[in-house]
Amino acid sequence: MERHEDIALMAHLMRRAGFGADRDELERLVDQGYEETVEQLVNPTDDIPPADDLLLYRYIPATETGGPNPMPGAANWLYNMVNTHRHLEEKTTLFWHQVFATGNSKVDNDNHLTAQVQMFRKHGMGNYRDLLIRVAQNPAMIFWLDNNENHKRAPNENWGRELLELFSLGVGNYTEEDVFECARAFTGWTINAKIPRQPYHRFSWSYTFRPEEHDFGQKTFLGHTGNFDGEDIIDIILQQPACARFVTRHLYNFFVADEAQVPAWDIEPPRDPDAIDYLSKIFVDSGFELKPVLKAIFLSDFFKEAMYQKVKSPAEVVVGTLRLTGDMKGPDKRLMEMGQQTNYMGQSLHDPPSVEGWQTGRDWINSGSVVKRINFVADHVSNPDLPGVQSIVRRVAKNGAQITPDALVDRCVELIGPLEISDDTRGELLAHAEDEGPISYATDVEYAELSRRVGDMLALIAATVEYQFG
Amino acid sequence: MTSIETPPVVVVLQLTGGNDYFNSVIPYTDSNYYDNRRSALQIAQDDVLRLDDKLGLHPTMGPLQEIYQQGDMAIIHGVGYQNSPRSHFRSMDIWHTCEPDIVGTEGWVGRIIRDLDPRGENPVTGVNIGQALPRALVVPGVSVASVADLSTYGLLTNIEEEARRTKILERFSNMYGQAIGTGAVKEYLGRTGLDAMKGADILKEGLSRYSSSIEYASDAIAKSLRDVAMIHTADVGTRVFYTQHGSFDTHASQPAVFDKLWTEVSNAISDFWADLREHDADDNVLMFLFSEFGRRVRDNGSGTDHGAAGACFAIGPSVAGGMHSEYPQTRSEALEQGDLAPNLDFRGVYSTILEDWLGLDAVPIVNGHFEKPGFVAA
Repeated sequence: MERHEDIALMAHLMRRAGFGADRDELERLVDQGYEETVEQLVNPTDDIPPADDLLLYRYIPATETGGPNPMPGAANWLYNMVNTHRHLEEKTTLFWHQVFATGNSKVDNDNHLTAQVQMFRKHGMGNYRDLLIRVAQNPAMIFWLDNNENHKRAPNENWGRELLELFSLGVGNYTEEDVFECARAFTGWTINAKIPRQPYHRFSWSYTFRPEEHDFGQKTFLGHTGNFDGEDIIDIILQQPACARFVTRHLYNFFVADEAQVPAWDIEPPRDPDAIDYLSKIFVDSGFELKPVLKAIFLSDFFKEAMYQKVKSPAEVVVGTLRLTGDMKGPDKRLMEMGQQTNYMGQSLHDPPSVEGWQTGRDWINSGSVVKRINFVADHVSNPDLPGVQSIVRRVAKNGAQITPDALVDRCVELIGPLEISDDTRGELLAHAEDEGPISYATDVEYAELSRRVGDMLALIAATVEYQFG
Repeated sequence: MTSIETPPVVVVLQLTGGNDYFNSVIPYTDSNYYDNRRSALQIAQDDVLRLDDKLGLHPTMGPLQEIYQQGDMAIIHGVGYQNSPRSHFRSMDIWHTCEPDIVGTEGWVGRIIRDLDPRGENPVTGVNIGQALPRALVVPGVSVASVADLSTYGLLTNIEEEARRTKILERFSNMYGQAIGTGAVKEYLGRTGLDAMKGADILKEGLSRYSSSIEYASDAIAKSLRDVAMIHTADVGTRVFYTQHGSFDTHASQPAVFDKLWTEVSNAISDFWADLREHDADDNVLMFLFSEFGRRVRDNGSGTDHGAAGACFAIGPSVAGGMHSEYPQTRSEALEQGDLAPNLDFRGVYSTILEDWLGLDAVPIVNGHFEKPGFVAA
């Protein structure tokens, strides 16, 4: 039983700090140890490979294109999520896309969305101050929040406001005057556009500072007065106690358990105030480094006790299923279509509904998305041609030549999760298994029948309420 | 509001990609259409399907000319909004959320569904025919049945053996039922699961009752509109349908692409209405066509680039057939960056549908008051 608990905890860690792992990997990681695994996730050494983008571009060159269409970029990212071995790096990338939500619906220049995602991949587990500056100077973000329209004589507050409201402090921790002064400090942080080489292609952007557009005058921001520029503003933001609390609450919401929706955070207290206190202190003490906070999360009791306390996002459903079943490894030809699956479930990568990102938790679920989720998972886990499914069938069939309905249910629930299910749910699964009688697998014909029945059972489990949580 | 007894239904058909207004509704007596700006694409006067002494339709739109002549089609001119970004995704977003200046989060059709069925009692009040759910239908907490293909809609439709599938679906239903009372999110999930199954059953039953003498073509829009007709004639309480066809983004080889698309759309619409009439189910339906923008006046040699103003079409026995609003000025000086300039805000067009057809308060749905063209018959 100890083994079961170790596996369950490791599966929880890999679902949250990554996109799940198959049973072979879970067993290997349990042998390696929990703390060692956390260390490897947080500080992946250079020999742990990311997905091979060059291989992708060699076989599916369209995933390098962009412009108005976010689909190639979504496919590109899906490939990375499915194929990387640097799990937490990729998951943190998704985290920042949710926080610094930027959409190609307006950016209309998808290569720059991909560049932003790559920036998150490279720097997302580094220093938060450094990251904020990179975001402030990111061409897609500058265009998305109109900072290219933020001029000395005609300030545009869009970036200044969202920096405070959504990216660092949260509503209630600044005044309208602070928004205006913040915007002034970022005047002149803009983009250069290089003329495209082909008709209908998009301009290639790069960050540039234009002194003639910058307001060098005195500003008063959050009680400080001086001739501030954007970096000074970010330093003042970091001094606010609200900042560390806001960022760690985001981390808690993404990695630990579903919180209220972000706009309600100035009204609703955190789900676990002690956890936020604890993580904020680590964040501040480390000089706003993300790795110590991530490590503290995964080693904490509140994390270990939060199994299945989050509704899986569409990206987690799709990538988790592909990883479990061993589908879509490498530059698969179906990548473009597969990259749209999260969109069908309500999460269009590169195209969040607004700068507030997606509404998460129960809001992932509606009667349309539920059909897509269940069918996608069920079609995969019941496909006996997929290597991950074959591996599950082999494990179900180990020891002996037959299996009781009871054991079939238990093994399937164990191998797809391990999942925690209610007695009622288990009752239904068992009744289904019993309907079809005992199962032996002494012959090839019987083994094929077992495959089918395991597939059906996994599909049934995929449809349970419990399986929608990760 | 019309004096119909059955509740009004809207079918939205989105022409995705930016339909070329200038070549759809052609000002065939206007010398500006026949100058050298459109030399690669212009339709000869004799080939234009005339609607009145100024305007006519593209030659591929014969079935629509017939509908127009019967008085069942309204053409609403010069529709758009100020400062069009001429970007597909942004433009479509603006049409979907009624928010030209900020990034909106609620779709106008989703708001309709919420107003019509505030307690979410019928899982098929709103039906989308297509893969992904367009943002027009997305409002948090509002359920929409999204059907890629009606004949395979539902849970676990890959299981071909019907008896086996039915057995598994019964298990689902039991499991979702048991989730009621197990905590807020689980209960919500269980209810949503039941809703999805109920919606699939309702649609499936409708499908089984449907029979028609109309033979639709086999292209995508014909299939989609046939799905709409099947669901509508099944009388399952669906009030809003949404579907789309495209891509009308004809930067190159416009004659071939545009002709094919409009042939398909025109025939599908004609078959759709014939089908509804055969089922005596056309009286309470209004069909609405829009595109995210029109296209540039000057062609680029084989196609057209992104433009601004477009036309909307409203079709059905209850529309005030004819021309509404003004065709934009076509003189070079009157163009907006080379494009026909909008003279009617699209949110006013929505408002007509919302208030004069569905009887809803348009203001909270389209975010304000806008001039309403009177294309719904009084």
